[in-house]
Amino acid sequence: MKLFGRINLAGLATFCIFLLLWEGFARASPLLQLYFPPVSRILLSLCQLIFSRELVGHIVATLGRFLRGYLLATLLAVTLGIVLGYFKLAYSLSESLIEFLRPMPSVAIIPVAILFLGIGDAMMVAVTVYACAWPILINTIAGVKNIDRTLINTARTFGLGRWKALRKIVLPAASPYIVTGLRVSLAIALILVTTSEMVVGVSGLGFFILDEERSLRTDNMYAGIFLVALLGYGLNRLFLVLEKRAMAWHRRMTAGEQV
Amino acid sequence: MRLLEVERLSKSYRQLGGESTLAVHEISFQVDKEEFVSFVGPSGCGKSTLLMCIAGLIPPSSGTVKVKGVEVNGPPPNLVLVFQEYNKSLFAWRSVLGNVLFGLEVKGDSSREAEGRARHLISLVGLEGFERHYPWELSGGMQQRVAIARALAYDPEVLLMDEPFGSVDALTRLELEDTLLRLWKELKTTILFVTHDIEESIYLSDKICVLGRRPSRVLLRMDIHLDRPRNQLSTRSDSKFVELRNEIYRQISDETIK
Repeated sequence: MKLFGRINLAGLATFCIFLLLWEGFARASPLLQLYFPPVSRILLSLCQLIFSRELVGHIVATLGRFLRGYLLATLLAVTLGIVLGYFKLAYSLSESLIEFLRPMPSVAIIPVAILFLGIGDAMMVAVTVYACAWPILINTIAGVKNIDRTLINTARTFGLGRWKALRKIVLPAASPYIVTGLRVSLAIALILVTTSEMVVGVSGLGFFILDEERSLRTDNMYAGIFLVALLGYGLNRLFLVLEKRAMAWHRRMTAGEQV
Repeated sequence: MRLLEVERLSKSYRQLGGESTLAVHEISFQVDKEEFVSFVGPSGCGKSTLLMCIAGLIPPSSGTVKVKGVEVNGPPPNLVLVFQEYNKSLFAWRSVLGNVLFGLEVKGDSSREAEGRARHLISLVGLEGFERHYPWELSGGMQQRVAIARALAYDPEVLLMDEPFGSVDALTRLELEDTLLRLWKELKTTILFVTHDIEESIYLSDKICVLGRRPSRVLLRMDIHLDRPRNQLSTRSDSKFVELRNEIYRQISDETIK
């Protein structure tokens, strides 16, 4: 299993130069250092925070909310997307509602979620589910609508019933679209978890970042930001590896290999 | 009792304006066990609509289809349709073996014998060694072979084929015709074949129904008494073959001019 694939040396060099410039500027202006500490100090406090286990609880809290929200959104949006994509009546009934709700910035429902669910995990997970569901839903609908009639007819001629066809034919045939939605939602999930942690949390990385800022421990604040960035990067990598495995047939198909 | 009976089958479609167009008009015919029957007619004459009705994929406007005396009402269990567009009808996420196993899986048969049967059919259509390949890794002709193997693995009493060789090149087409005849004989299956290629229909069939332009109706029925096994060279140069071809062509073109 290759986790990193081909390494882009030039890109990596740019990144290192960026960090060095940051380090240089921060060191050159001691007055700014409270707000803008050098990278070396941020990394140092990141290590200290991790070794002192202060961050472990926050990481676990954030990841837990992320996973629950993301998986629940996947389950709901894929199921609903298949139904809406497959049954024309269901889609025409819900189209206007979807078009109305979808462009709304998802964070706008945080106050509503607080009203109904309080300030616990349930609220943060609910907001994440709501925001993540849209890209998955829209892509699933598009994927199902895009399935050729011949494919369904083929399955039916072998005696496959309408409901079984949803799982055996419609789901795999739409999976390339669904995966695209899942990839978009991955980033959205992390955004919504950290944002809602900042608004109502008493734990999690979002809460930690804001809390350290309020206490003017900017080294720690930046360390938290670094960690969220790493988390996002890691999750995305993991996603790509899983996608590569599950969707091998499609990736190679679109690459157009023939014997 | 006949294996397949179609009686006064008509199908009309309602168009956007509310007008309805007649695609198939009162077609009746019977097919007996182990017969090879072809429908030949110009493109867009409603041949596909006819097959879809027989396969139970769309309901007829009037008339009946009976398989072994049982009226078709939705896809019957003993009948499979092979489509022209193999690239749209094969399951891209399944290997060749996975595709051929599909019908058996739907029947609930996932035994080792089922896999043996699937592998046997893959070798019968000449694709031994390609079991683990995906459909898109194969050429068009090979893909249609997979579709045929998949249909036959299901062991249907009637195999319906909707211009199955319409999307492959001319040479591949001849090869596929011979493969189909060999399978038909070996597996003692019954085939109802639709094509717009007059020579193809004569080469393959015991009986031919010539269809006129939309709405489809039977212009002419013929029994083909050419020797079997047929041969691409000798059968096609047989004087009886040429006569049949001319006769059918005359019928279709006369009707077009009218």
